[in-house]
Amino acid sequence: MSSFTSPARNQFQEDADRTTSDAPRRTAVRNALQNYQSARDRTGATFTDWKAARSAASTIKHEAVNHLDQYLEEFERKFTARGGKVFWASNSQQARDYIIQLAKAKNVRAIVKSKAMTGEEIHLNDALVAEGFGVVESDLGEFIQQLKGEAPYHFVFPCMHLRRDEISDLFHKELGTAKTNSPEELTMIARRVLRRTYVEADMGISGANFIVADTGMISITENEGNARLTVGVPKIHVALVGIEKVVPRLGDLALLLPMLATAGTGQHLTGYNSMYGGPRQPGENDGPDEFHVVLLDNHRTRLLADPEQRDALHCIRCGACLNVCPIFKNIGGHTYGTTYQGPIGSVITPHFRGLQDWKHLSGASSLCGACTETCPVGIDIHHHLLHNRRNAAAEKPAPGESLLWKAFTFLMRRPALYRLATRFAPLGSLLHPLVEGTALDPMIAWTSTRDFPAAAPSSFRSQFQKHQAQKSGGSK
Amino acid sequence: MFQESLLLPKPPMRVSLFIPCFIDSLYPNVGMSMVRILERLGHSVDVPEGQTCCGQPPFNSGYWDEARSVATNQLKAFKDADVIVSGSGSCGAMMKVFYPELFHGHEQEAEAKNLAAKTWEFSEFLVNKLGVKDVGARFEGRATFHDGCHGLRELGTKLPPRELLSHVKGLELVEMTEAETCCGFGGTFAVKYPQISTAMAEVKCNSICETKADYVISNDSSCLMQIGGWLNRNVGTVKCLHLAEVLVQQ
Repeated sequence: MSSFTSPARNQFQEDADRTTSDAPRRTAVRNALQNYQSARDRTGATFTDWKAARSAASTIKHEAVNHLDQYLEEFERKFTARGGKVFWASNSQQARDYIIQLAKAKNVRAIVKSKAMTGEEIHLNDALVAEGFGVVESDLGEFIQQLKGEAPYHFVFPCMHLRRDEISDLFHKELGTAKTNSPEELTMIARRVLRRTYVEADMGISGANFIVADTGMISITENEGNARLTVGVPKIHVALVGIEKVVPRLGDLALLLPMLATAGTGQHLTGYNSMYGGPRQPGENDGPDEFHVVLLDNHRTRLLADPEQRDALHCIRCGACLNVCPIFKNIGGHTYGTTYQGPIGSVITPHFRGLQDWKHLSGASSLCGACTETCPVGIDIHHHLLHNRRNAAAEKPAPGESLLWKAFTFLMRRPALYRLATRFAPLGSLLHPLVEGTALDPMIAWTSTRDFPAAAPSSFRSQFQKHQAQKSGGSK
Repeated sequence: MFQESLLLPKPPMRVSLFIPCFIDSLYPNVGMSMVRILERLGHSVDVPEGQTCCGQPPFNSGYWDEARSVATNQLKAFKDADVIVSGSGSCGAMMKVFYPELFHGHEQEAEAKNLAAKTWEFSEFLVNKLGVKDVGARFEGRATFHDGCHGLRELGTKLPPRELLSHVKGLELVEMTEAETCCGFGGTFAVKYPQISTAMAEVKCNSICETKADYVISNDSSCLMQIGGWLNRNVGTVKCLHLAEVLVQQ
């Protein structure tokens, strides 16, 4: 059995044991996400027709994803025409190397970063720190997670699992500040630290929410203004962006920006929406001297090659599927052990990091479909979990399970044998108490936390036969 | 969903029931209640002998060849059925929504689509096909309704069970906050990831208890096995009932 379970799966089961036992944390996370969901429902209701908006958004992303080559090259042409530089990174190594070489060549010492999940994906911070660069995350949630030495818990709300007092204690320990329970004071502590870093940094690194092909720009949406400072102040800027972020036209953002804000946080629009088309132009007062965009593939083209699941590249990383997912709410973000948590993470991680090692994420779902129902760009998320399960079993069937389903099929193909088997169900119920709760109990995974109903003394079939006999008797 | 005229009398139909394994062995009363309700409405009911399982367990586990093999038996068993009615939204969804995908590009694709088109979940059959919202039931008690995910999201059956229950005399229906939240059953998921499944049951059941209902009603017995399993172990007072078991009461 051991060869059919991966270290990632074992870790997942262990972490799920721990996190599902932590009732107070589960309740806090559930309540926080419920608030976002309520806000999202209210804002969504202000759309004239949310369903039509969803389908329009899906159409835009479908067009972009199915013409990636064309739109990315259009972006590159227009962005470089204004003096920007574009680097195509096939994998995380190439992306890291490019950024590190650039930083070395320009004698960079300090780097300020705004929120970028692509950075998490390629473990950029660790690589930069290992090369001796100072790196500070400027998004408040990411700043807290960096201080804590922990990966983001949720790809939109990185530290949503932490209580105020835990953040206060962390600041006290790491920054030497006085303890406080006031969110405003906690924010001001982070702000004081961060303001200095914008000025000290020689390089800024960001992600991007969209790449706009027809204007050759990137779009960054945020609520704290930290991304503006990250891009605007240091002399060199690098945006690390997944290739699936491209949209054909600037006008597409008229729909996608409000859609992203609504689905993600329940806002009509996020606080700051910026467009960047390259380095500072002659006559402009601010902006970086150098502007690099690293276009990251890192196995996205593997997903692109799968017509069945290609729509997973429509994802705008709003996080809505995490917010409604009963699995996420009960196990929390860290249990996934991935850069992208929740339902969409369970779909794409096996493509990015290996199906056999990460197929358990697709298995760890009741397939309830709340994710698909909420997805603003219409990704068939929960059915893709089924597709991953099918692909994993077809590629490498697990011997025990394979045998089980063969036996199951043997039985279910033989109705007479099946009927005979169901007649023994009451016998099973009779014998079950003898082993219940022991290691011999075949139902232990169920019965350790839940009762199992006893089989009825008389099955439906025999009751129905009696019923039919009575009816025909009565009509005579 | 296509709705026929509510004014014209319905000709009697021959209804073929699909009785999943758990209803057959664990909850026979659910099946018998469906039989009685349909017969009272003037329809004839049969239970094709050759039926076994819809094939969902291997399908959800990724073993689609095995699932197809089981489903082929089901296609054969229900070949001559006019309409197929299932007391489980989940098994109903398997036949109605997933068979066409499972058989896509296979020899029996047309047959699978044909079966899908004539398959109904019990409550949507009554309301959307037969146009019946009041079956003349009487049931005293305070109850809350659990939406099974497959019925709710694959079949879109949000309203039919509520329309039926709203006509039950004596019944007080109170919506719970987590009505649309998964109970955590999910077939083999419940035993492969028992800790997550149980945590989900706990959230569901706490929401049920908050309503102070005496009964939790659903149109899916597999969800009720999970909910009832947790409630019996931890609460003990709330009773689980399938929709048909309520509608049959007079």
